[in-house]
Amino acid sequence: MEILVCVKRVPDTSENEIEVGSDGQDIDRDDLVYSVNEWDNYAVEEAIQIVDKVGGKVTVVTVGDDESEEVLRREMAMGANEGILLSDDAFESSDGKGIAAILKAAVEKGSYDLIMTGAQADAGAGQVGGMLAAMLDQPYASLVNSIEVIDDKKLKVGREIEGGNQEMNEIQMPCVLSIQTGINEPRYVGIRGIRKVASVDIPVLGASDLGIDSGSVGNAGASVKVQDYFVPVFGDGAEMLEGSTEEIIDKLIELLKAQGGLK
Amino acid sequence: MNFDLTTEQKMIRREVRKFAESEIASVALELDENEEFSAELTRKMGEIGLFGMFVAEDYEGQALDYISYIIAVEEIARVDGSQAATIAAANSLGIGPIYYFGTEAQKKKYLPMLCSGEGLWGFGLTEPTAGSDAGGSTTTAVKDGNEWVINGSKIFITNAACELTMGVTVQAVTGRRENGKPECTCFLVESGTPGFKAQPMHKKMMWRASNTAELYFDDMRVPEENILGNVGDGFHQMLQTLDGGRLSIGAMGLGGAQGAYELALKYAKKREQFGQPISKFQAVGFKLADCAVEIECARNLLYKACWLRNEKRSFEKEAAMAKLYCSELMGRVANHAVQIHGGYGLMKEYNVERFYRDQKLLDIGEGTSEVQRIVISRYIGC
Ligand SMILES: Cc1cc2nc3c(=O)[nH]c(=O)nc-3n(C[C@H](O)[C@H](O)[C@H](O)COP(=O)(O)OP(=O)(O)OC[C@H]3O[C@@H](n4cnc5c(N)ncnc54)[C@H](O)[C@@H]3O)c2cc1C
Repeated sequence: MEILVCVKRVPDTSENEIEVGSDGQDIDRDDLVYSVNEWDNYAVEEAIQIVDKVGGKVTVVTVGDDESEEVLRREMAMGANEGILLSDDAFESSDGKGIAAILKAAVEKGSYDLIMTGAQADAGAGQVGGMLAAMLDQPYASLVNSIEVIDDKKLKVGREIEGGNQEMNEIQMPCVLSIQTGINEPRYVGIRGIRKVASVDIPVLGASDLGIDSGSVGNAGASVKVQDYFVPVFGDGAEMLEGSTEEIIDKLIELLKAQGGLK
Repeated sequence: MNFDLTTEQKMIRREVRKFAESEIASVALELDENEEFSAELTRKMGEIGLFGMFVAEDYEGQALDYISYIIAVEEIARVDGSQAATIAAANSLGIGPIYYFGTEAQKKKYLPMLCSGEGLWGFGLTEPTAGSDAGGSTTTAVKDGNEWVINGSKIFITNAACELTMGVTVQAVTGRRENGKPECTCFLVESGTPGFKAQPMHKKMMWRASNTAELYFDDMRVPEENILGNVGDGFHQMLQTLDGGRLSIGAMGLGGAQGAYELALKYAKKREQFGQPISKFQAVGFKLADCAVEIECARNLLYKACWLRNEKRSFEKEAAMAKLYCSELMGRVANHAVQIHGGYGLMKEYNVERFYRDQKLLDIGEGTSEVQRIVISRYIGC
């Protein structure tokens, strides 16, 4: 099975304290530590496990700048077979649709049975997977938390739905799946893996290689633009409870009782 | 001059850090509290390739350069001294002598297991009456036909009495040289050899999750083929092993200092007194600034020593300097870190107290700070 996993380099929330920048247009990116988007890492692990079982190849792809190469290399050290960096000044500040369009062009240069994305990344909109599927006119399942290969044409996928329930679906390949965390336990990257990929060349494709009109992507093609980033202020009615979980629970019960919410 | 790490070295730092933060940070406190060596965690460290880091692939090593090895130890030490001790001792003291001085047969026999983390090997040099003066060894080996009969004991031997221990390298006196000094030879002794007893040592102040052992040899017999290198090479082998070992102790000091510094910085930015974060008080901010400066100096010194070694140039003086400086640096940083944490710094759950305790061994093991100063003073012509 040929699997393409779309990955993104994002600020690592476990290593940084994220703050909004002074211009309110973005988070403060000075001295941030970046990693592969957590959801994407689960997707890559799932892809590796599928290929371990049924054979094939895992390719990781990202839209980003030179520095994004490091997440491709990292996922290759983990076990992905190949990486492709999609990079061009024209791609900068793309919105979700722009990213999906760039990925679509890359997908069409290969022949993939299965395409995976993370359920969401740092922008939080969670739209790339669905848009990519629509542009490719392929079936799509979101928030996938289990995958079983039925045969070389069909998968059985579980989706996380409300109330902690799971919905099971059969889906025809080629298809696009967006992967939820917890679908597996991603392996650690070991030293052997790192040594294997540390000096391999990762191909870079730009707008002209992909046959993309520069005006249709990037800032020029974006229909969604960030207006303002801010941390919501506590309203008058808001009170943050502090202390251990037990203390918070006790205080909450007290408050609910006092307000007549609990009898 | 180029201060950039290679892609490989950068990746190793990131991934070892990630592993340490996920797998070690969560259990370090408990293992320390229970004084428990974890075979499970050791195996996990083996799975990601933390054993046999500088060993060639022919023996299933990771074939890394020395800076990469040191970075890995540094990153483990940034989170926990005990696990870093297991790694540094296994590589530099356990695997190192077999790899550098062993016969092909010995290397093929032992290294693959040791490089996987499934087996550990100790380095038995220190004796109850021979510490800094390692030449004063009273453990003896006497030839009897095709075998050697060893009698004596060793103390404080890391990785030598746990469920993963496969054996130890033992230095014994095999005769006298013409100048009257003892002739020393190293032997590879497998666990379970009749007459050999290894006993874990407990109630340590530091490295409580690292295995430390006392060894007893009572008419223990080993075959001739268990000699490491040649008869009489022992003292030289030991000195060479310690030169490399000093770099890994340096890495433990540097990594520990980095870890304690980061904890202190984070705490100082959060903790408020007199209406502001304590990091804004000059007395606290200056302490942290001093730590940052010294850590930068220590890293440059240690990496330079490793670079010299990579380049096959003489690195012994720099190794002694790096061992001394990094070890003592961690002492200063851990002390500041506890101070900055105030009363909380003395409580186990804040972790800095473990760094404070774990540091002390670095001033003592693999040549005390005094011994390093002796070595350095000789190199500079005193
Ligand atoms: C947890 C732990 C793990 C260890 N792991 C190992 C291991 O794996 N293998 C191994 O072989 N050993 C190991 N050691 C032993 C360690 O290397 C020794 O403790 C160390 O070399 C010091 O020896 P000593 O304890 O006998 O102290 P001593 O040599 O008795 O020193 C006592 C004091 O006297 C000072 N001193 C001694 N001689 C001089 C001098 N000439 N000039 C000035 N001052 C001097 C010392 O600096 C020190 O301050 C370990 C020790 C510990 C605690």
